[in-house]
Amino acid sequence: MAARLASDLAAPRSRLALLLLMAPALVWLVGLVVLPHVELAVLSLRARVAPRVYEWSLDQYRTFVDEPLYWRTFVRTATISIVATACTLAIAFPAAWYIAKIARGRAKTVLFVLCLIPFWVSETVRTLGWMILLRESGVVPRLLVDLGITPAPVELLYHDATILVGLVYTSLLFMVVPLVSALESLDDSLIEAAYDLGGNGWSILRQIVVPHAAPGIAAGSIVVFMLTLGNYLTPTLLGGKNSLWFTEQIYAQFITRFNWEQGAAFGFLLLFLSTAIVWAGLELTGQRFGDVMRRT
Amino acid sequence: MVARTTASPVPARPMQQDLEVDRVTKRYGAQAVVDALSLAVAHGSFFSILGPSGCGKTTLLRIVAGFLAPDEGDVRIGGRSMRGVPPNRRPVNMVFQHLALFPMMTVGENVGYGLARRGGARADIAARVDAMLRRVGLPGAQDRRVDQLSGGQKQRVAIARCLVLEPALLLLDEPLGALDLKLREHMKIELKHLQADFGTTFVYITHDQSEALVLSDRVAVMNAGRFEQVGTPQELYYEPRTPFVAGFVGANNRITGRAAAGDGETVEVVTAEGLAVRARASGNIATGDAVEAFVRPEAVDLARDPVELPPGAQRFSGRVGSLLFDGANSAVLVREERTQAEIRIALPQTGRLADLRVDEPVAFGFAAQSALCFRAGDHGG
Repeated sequence: MAARLASDLAAPRSRLALLLLMAPALVWLVGLVVLPHVELAVLSLRARVAPRVYEWSLDQYRTFVDEPLYWRTFVRTATISIVATACTLAIAFPAAWYIAKIARGRAKTVLFVLCLIPFWVSETVRTLGWMILLRESGVVPRLLVDLGITPAPVELLYHDATILVGLVYTSLLFMVVPLVSALESLDDSLIEAAYDLGGNGWSILRQIVVPHAAPGIAAGSIVVFMLTLGNYLTPTLLGGKNSLWFTEQIYAQFITRFNWEQGAAFGFLLLFLSTAIVWAGLELTGQRFGDVMRRT
Repeated sequence: MVARTTASPVPARPMQQDLEVDRVTKRYGAQAVVDALSLAVAHGSFFSILGPSGCGKTTLLRIVAGFLAPDEGDVRIGGRSMRGVPPNRRPVNMVFQHLALFPMMTVGENVGYGLARRGGARADIAARVDAMLRRVGLPGAQDRRVDQLSGGQKQRVAIARCLVLEPALLLLDEPLGALDLKLREHMKIELKHLQADFGTTFVYITHDQSEALVLSDRVAVMNAGRFEQVGTPQELYYEPRTPFVAGFVGANNRITGRAAAGDGETVEVVTAEGLAVRARASGNIATGDAVEAFVRPEAVDLARDPVELPPGAQRFSGRVGSLLFDGANSAVLVREERTQAEIRIALPQTGRLADLRVDEPVAFGFAAQSALCFRAGDHGG
């Protein structure tokens, strides 16, 4: 069957049909992903020596290394993103466990929809919602005063922790979905068998549940990490002017400074470094990229 | 196959009850799934609980394993009450329906899992795993992955994983249910050998009467949350005490009707169509009672000529309805001439009557002693 299909596709007419079928995807890939990246790569590798005169150079990349602000911003962004991913995992895992293993029937659907509801409003509105809650004259500081916890309203915005809260909130769904599907495929009798053979909650989690859910955990973590690292709105609004998020640097180069060459170089550095971090994460946990992507 | 060893891991304690279930009840809503059940399983025996699906046998097993708490009653294992003892602290292990081997671990890690949870030297665990795998006929399989094993090998690993912990009791939840027929027959024999070899008490639940009869020392037939009868396979087959057991264990012809004349030992059963048969009475049956009589297919004699039937048997004539050829289990369905009642009769294994044709007139008969009559709906104790 498969062999016949393959030989059919090898025939010239079928090959044309296949090409036509794939055309939209190819146009999309080449036009919107490959071409802009080639353009950016070329941009990032040239330096302006005189008006309208450019030559090949690695100056833009050298700036990143030489200027501590830039690479420190990058390290900071990566660190907070990793912490945000870990926090998201820690919060999403029990929720996913409840949805996958404990909730039944209608409750399961309702809980899933509850995870989805925040995504019905735009990210801007959601983030502004956080600002209304957390600003000095906002809901939470007033509540803290009313409860006698703080003597005067405190400014809860513009802290790293605030950025973290916003990022975790934005990412939760993208962790819950792969985790639920990974945990749902775990046979309950495996957990019972482990318990029956003398395992306790912690050892079963470590030896049975996590190894089974590992591809789902990795898939969710990659998605959340990438989304967080590339997030612009949440760090800017919740962290204020000094949030020092790497995407802000890229934005500043492109829009404020009109230095497209530097912006392109930063864009590529973000791509390379995030890829390197994901690769390192997969290596450290012994996962294979193919297995992980099949889970998403 | 299984290596035979002489030493048993558990010292022999004759006549000790390894498992005592004392008036255990489990309700879901108003319905009692397990209804005031009591049972005792002697040390070293193979005990089966046989019943149709939904009869409560899995619930009972999960209560013994500790996954469910009974609403009433107590479970004692090795004489010790298990009230409030969680599954991971009970001297009981369970072989799950689909075996539940850990796919993320090797065979060796699966078998060593329980030992590692108890703590202990790595070398000691490795040695015990090695010895156990040898005993179940899988020497050197430590590093193999679970998905590289055949169905039979998986079952042996699942049992080895439990027995390496030397439990007082091994519970088996229909482990043969998912296997195909040929392998199931093979695994039945292997299970019996393993049990005899290890001497561990097995409590086995199944809906397959042939598994229960072949494997067990004693069988409890369960229906609607209660035991209909507990006894040896032979007792259940030849001396069923309730109509349910008679109908569930082995093939049987059921004849429902009313009791006519009785002489204390045998009664005459008259069906609605007017067929009258005599059967041995089980319990007190009064004239006019609604009754069910059972006669085994192999207890009915079949002949072309009525004079060939043994003397003293009640005789009927009929026509062959259908022929059910199945080697040694071959049977014919015969329609009684006057009432069209259908009765299943085993074909003699000698090959005599192998040339019967559909619609051929035949004579059949059976002794009143080999048929059993119950009051309808009798459920024993």
